[in-house]
Amino acid sequence: MIEAIFGSFGRVLLGAAEETGHFAFLVRSTHSWLVRARIEWRQTLVQMGRIGVESMPVAVMTAFFTGMVLALQTGATSKHFFNTPLFLGTVVSFALVMELGPVMTGIVVAGRAGAAIAAELGTMKVTEQIDALYTLGTDPVRYLVIPRLLAFLMVLPLLTVASDFSGILGGYFVAKVKYGVPATVYWHDIVDQMEIRHFVHGFLKTFVFAWVVAMIACFKGVTTRGGAEGVGKSTTAAVVLSMTLILTLDYFATALLNALGIT
Amino acid sequence: MIEAKGVIKRFGPRTILRGIDMEIADGETLVIIGGSGCGKSTFLKAVIGLHAPTEGYIKVDGLDISKMTDEHDIADYRRRFGYLFQEGALFDSMTVADNITFGLRYLTDIPESKYRGIATECLGLVGLKDVEDFKPSELSGGMKKRVALARAIAAKPAYILYDEPTTGLDPIMSDVINDLILDLQKQLKITSIVVTHDMKSAYKVASRIAMFHEGIVQEIGTPEHFKTTKNPYVRQFVDGLSVGPIKMKLREFDADPAPAHAGKAQA
Repeated sequence: MIEAIFGSFGRVLLGAAEETGHFAFLVRSTHSWLVRARIEWRQTLVQMGRIGVESMPVAVMTAFFTGMVLALQTGATSKHFFNTPLFLGTVVSFALVMELGPVMTGIVVAGRAGAAIAAELGTMKVTEQIDALYTLGTDPVRYLVIPRLLAFLMVLPLLTVASDFSGILGGYFVAKVKYGVPATVYWHDIVDQMEIRHFVHGFLKTFVFAWVVAMIACFKGVTTRGGAEGVGKSTTAAVVLSMTLILTLDYFATALLNALGIT
Repeated sequence: MIEAKGVIKRFGPRTILRGIDMEIADGETLVIIGGSGCGKSTFLKAVIGLHAPTEGYIKVDGLDISKMTDEHDIADYRRRFGYLFQEGALFDSMTVADNITFGLRYLTDIPESKYRGIATECLGLVGLKDVEDFKPSELSGGMKKRVALARAIAAKPAYILYDEPTTGLDPIMSDVINDLILDLQKQLKITSIVVTHDMKSAYKVASRIAMFHEGIVQEIGTPEHFKTTKNPYVRQFVDGLSVGPIKMKLREFDADPAPAHAGKAQA
């Protein structure tokens, strides 16, 4: 009984170590191709279109409602303590620009584009299309992974900026309609408090999230095994792992940026 | 010439190839037969460099891809080959013409303006026309195989590796594919390795046949030799008999984890 428990625990650990090792190989191979290979710009543009266009509506809408609920909660709380809605613009903008914008956009893009990439590459793997790339003289990392990584690194920061604006607009909508806060007050609350470094803090984090989502989606895709069921498992694993890593790395990225004084 | 010497391939604890020694002469069509899991496709993938042998070597024109590190050398090695995958492995997102000419960008210096003409020419060689702008999903199984074959020959390889070219096709289409393999052999003087279960196909296209069993070459010889050999493994496989040494071995393997199931199967 105890042997069986330790046995299965050991197998899980070994499996995780093996998977981490394979991921490290993919990371090394990707960055080695990135510096020495001709970039497939046509593929990169196609991927930028897919990731950006597919994710934009849901990212912007999610951020809009997040901004609305932030304003609603802040207004209710400040009214409770101070009998008037205070600093709605400040709270909404800081929360969005430094934390919620990058994190939520990363999660939305992981669910939308990351899943699509894991499923696409997984299907290519189980139908031998990835082997076919080798036989036709190109490396799948160069042809498939690098364009997707570059596309994520270019598109996710832009999507996050769009989400930030959308969320701030959502907050303004609630501040104006629900609490009657004048536009000038809401916008002054933002521009009086926010500095470039606050924006940079959130913006830099988007590159970390973009790298994580792209690499995990591509890794899960190209290591898919076992037909349609395998594709489903890879897609789910890609989304779950990306979301978990975004939330985990957000803490460490924030701590690092704070230590560097970008806060 | 393709030369395999002492090729052993292991995937973790599983040994798939247990010491393959073979030579395939220029212009020859070698057909590899054998049951599922005997290592046929693994050997084919080792020849083109998709799997590196754990021990031993495979040399093509004196070159061993598992020893190569330079990208240009690897590209030069791969340029010698066309590979027909079992299910075609056509790229879903591309048109037929883009599929056929995909490798030209990486394997040759041919200018892009000539790609369309090459696609049409290759489609002609496999008996298709006016399908350049179709997507693979719009083609039948037989047409997909032909397009995959057109893709395999587009860069004018010296060797073509066929992984079960007739699997999943009706008998007539299978014979059409066999004729195409023979046609290409005659027209382009290509050296081929064909992996198949289909004995009719093997007898038709082979210069020599090799039978793999449990990762070794059980028998190798001409189609005539395979028709008359007394080797019980070959006879059982070629005649498609359920009783024989291969079946016995499979029963022994099955019997270990589930004896009840094996008993039921015997009954």
